[in-house]
Amino acid sequence: MTRQLLTGNAAAAWAARLARVDYVPAFPITPQTEIIETLGRWIDAGELAARLVTLESEHSMVTAAGAAAATGVRVFSATSSQGLLYAMEMLYAVAGWRAPFVLVNVSRGIAAPITLEPDHDDVLAARDSGFLQIHCSTCQEILDSILLAHRLAEDSRVRLPVIVNFDGFTLSFTREPVEIPDGDAVDRFLGPYDPENVRFLASKPISQAVAVMGGGPYSYFRYQMHLAAEAALGVYDEVAAGFAAAFGRRWEAVETWHCDDAEIVFVMIGSFATKARDAVERLRAVGERVGLVRPRLLRPLPVAALRAAVAGKRGVAVIDQNLSLGRGGVLHAELASALYGQPDAPPVLASFVGGLGGRDIGLEEFRRMAAETRAAADAGRAPPPRLLYTSGELRELRKLQGIAHAERAELRRAAPASSDPEAS
Amino acid sequence: MYRIRLHGRGGQGIKTASRILGSAFFSEGFEVQDAPRYGAERRGAPIFATVRAAREPIHERGVIARPDLVLVGDATLVPVAAAGVLLGMAEHSVLLVASDDPPEVWKQRLRLAGPVRTLPASDAERGGLATVGTACAAAAARLVGVIRRGSLESAVRAELADLEPVVVERNLERALDVFERFAALEGSVREGPEPQILALPDPEWIDLPHEPARTSAPDIFGGLTSVEVRTGLWRTLRPVVDREHCHRCHWVCTTFCPDGAIRAAPDGTPEIDYDHCKGCLVCVAVCPAHAIRAVPEQEAERGAGEGAG
Repeated sequence: MTRQLLTGNAAAAWAARLARVDYVPAFPITPQTEIIETLGRWIDAGELAARLVTLESEHSMVTAAGAAAATGVRVFSATSSQGLLYAMEMLYAVAGWRAPFVLVNVSRGIAAPITLEPDHDDVLAARDSGFLQIHCSTCQEILDSILLAHRLAEDSRVRLPVIVNFDGFTLSFTREPVEIPDGDAVDRFLGPYDPENVRFLASKPISQAVAVMGGGPYSYFRYQMHLAAEAALGVYDEVAAGFAAAFGRRWEAVETWHCDDAEIVFVMIGSFATKARDAVERLRAVGERVGLVRPRLLRPLPVAALRAAVAGKRGVAVIDQNLSLGRGGVLHAELASALYGQPDAPPVLASFVGGLGGRDIGLEEFRRMAAETRAAADAGRAPPPRLLYTSGELRELRKLQGIAHAERAELRRAAPASSDPEAS
Repeated sequence: MYRIRLHGRGGQGIKTASRILGSAFFSEGFEVQDAPRYGAERRGAPIFATVRAAREPIHERGVIARPDLVLVGDATLVPVAAAGVLLGMAEHSVLLVASDDPPEVWKQRLRLAGPVRTLPASDAERGGLATVGTACAAAAARLVGVIRRGSLESAVRAELADLEPVVVERNLERALDVFERFAALEGSVREGPEPQILALPDPEWIDLPHEPARTSAPDIFGGLTSVEVRTGLWRTLRPVVDREHCHRCHWVCTTFCPDGAIRAAPDGTPEIDYDHCKGCLVCVAVCPAHAIRAVPEQEAERGAGEGAG
């Protein structure tokens, strides 16, 4: 095993290489493109015996991924943001084919307005598609999770495609020390893909993913996917235990940090969760009993593990790096539904939305979120949802609006005098 | 933890510099996190990169709010507010600017509390060779004082491995020269104090007001934005029409230009709008008379007035 500096994108490419994937359908999109470029270089150099095909869109790319998986080969692909949305119809379709493969999504905020930087609105749009979802917070976790994901997807009790998600920039282009596992050890962990009866051959025609008439058969097949996704929780634990035995790194479905004696816990996914961990350590050092709960699996949602992680806490601060327009933070709603009616559920579940479009979350903001959640617990009433957004940020925006000739009369009414666009 | 920020323009090797520095720290046994950050993915656009190095695993991410060292590869970025070069400079923060102006001048200009160092261009750089990124990395390596010459050398070799050997040697020579020049300042950049979470000022959160769509839609109401933005600044190669060989066929280059930056004069001679030509060179490729040349922008600027354009 060697430890070297790798970007998240390079770590993802290494995982696909170590998994000995057979087929990589590809379409470029920032910030994911380096993954397929790296795989392409290795294939050209004869270092990876795989076929990489560039398709004309992500819709075709996901179709090709599902179709290839239906022939019984191991498939890997990657996309991001608008690409994932463009593929949306086929995400739902190929999941129904029950042909497993691994799709990396490098999170990037979605348009409009357009951005390159990360939040999770893209991957959460695929929440109900039948793809399982693993969310990473470090480059090492990316590599390991893709290996885990192949095992999980291909397990006969599951046989659903898996999205491995990580953030653009803060992971995709960020180098961190990553241990690249030994190829033989990965072979032993992963083994060859056994597609069982999923083995489409031109010489042996079968019909896969047929049409059904009537709600009865339709309900059966759709609910079977749901049951398979739920069964994936138990399978995940087995696979993660096998991975820990082989490589010494344990990736729980729900990671907890300083939770046991915590009064207030943060709940967060993705790379910014390491910032939350940093804040927790610093708050602990000054005597505050705070903790962090980081679900790695979002589909299936590890409901029991989440309930256990927050049971008996005075308050929970859910930090959503996403926004369901007209509702609020998605994780907050997911957690609320998981906790409703549970006897030892925390009385306060506060909702914070932050990090949209890569907006930073400062240490002082974590401190304040913990303090507000604690105050709400003291008062016995959940605070209204809070967007992490400062007066300084609005002042900068007013300047941009002034330059863009937005409705100046409106801005004058809304803005404090110091940020009058006419004055700037 | 060392917290270092590097600023420059796309094409200067700033991302590579962050990787050289990151790799050098890593080979000295540090935990490392290095990352570039950019918006427009093109040459000349402002970019910055961050390097964090510590003896323990690093959980901090993203922008560096309080840098120990800021390196600037292009001094013209310092006054650009959007580039954020001086963001979070504290008393202990060291600024190093690639500039021929002496440090005292920069100190006076910027009124910084901390020390200012400068890195004058080498003769080769004045001649157009791009080694400023590597030079910044080498200066930083010496300033932090925990990176040995051999670690810097192997980091330069590793991070430039895909380039021509002659380019690698040129960069290495520059790196080692800068490393020696900064010997007297070895160790003058120190790890800054760790943030005290209770001492940080409260975030000035506000409740974002609801504003009507006529204000809050992401639209630009000022006209002519595509005219006023001089996209010609992006160009590294300039298409130049050779009037002697031009057939005045008038429609090929003007039609294929993806930016509509070529129009035909009444006699059919194409006129290129250099304020907006991005230098994609589609016109050079499609001209049936082979009458459009590609000239390096610096050369074209020197020869301006001598029929270039």
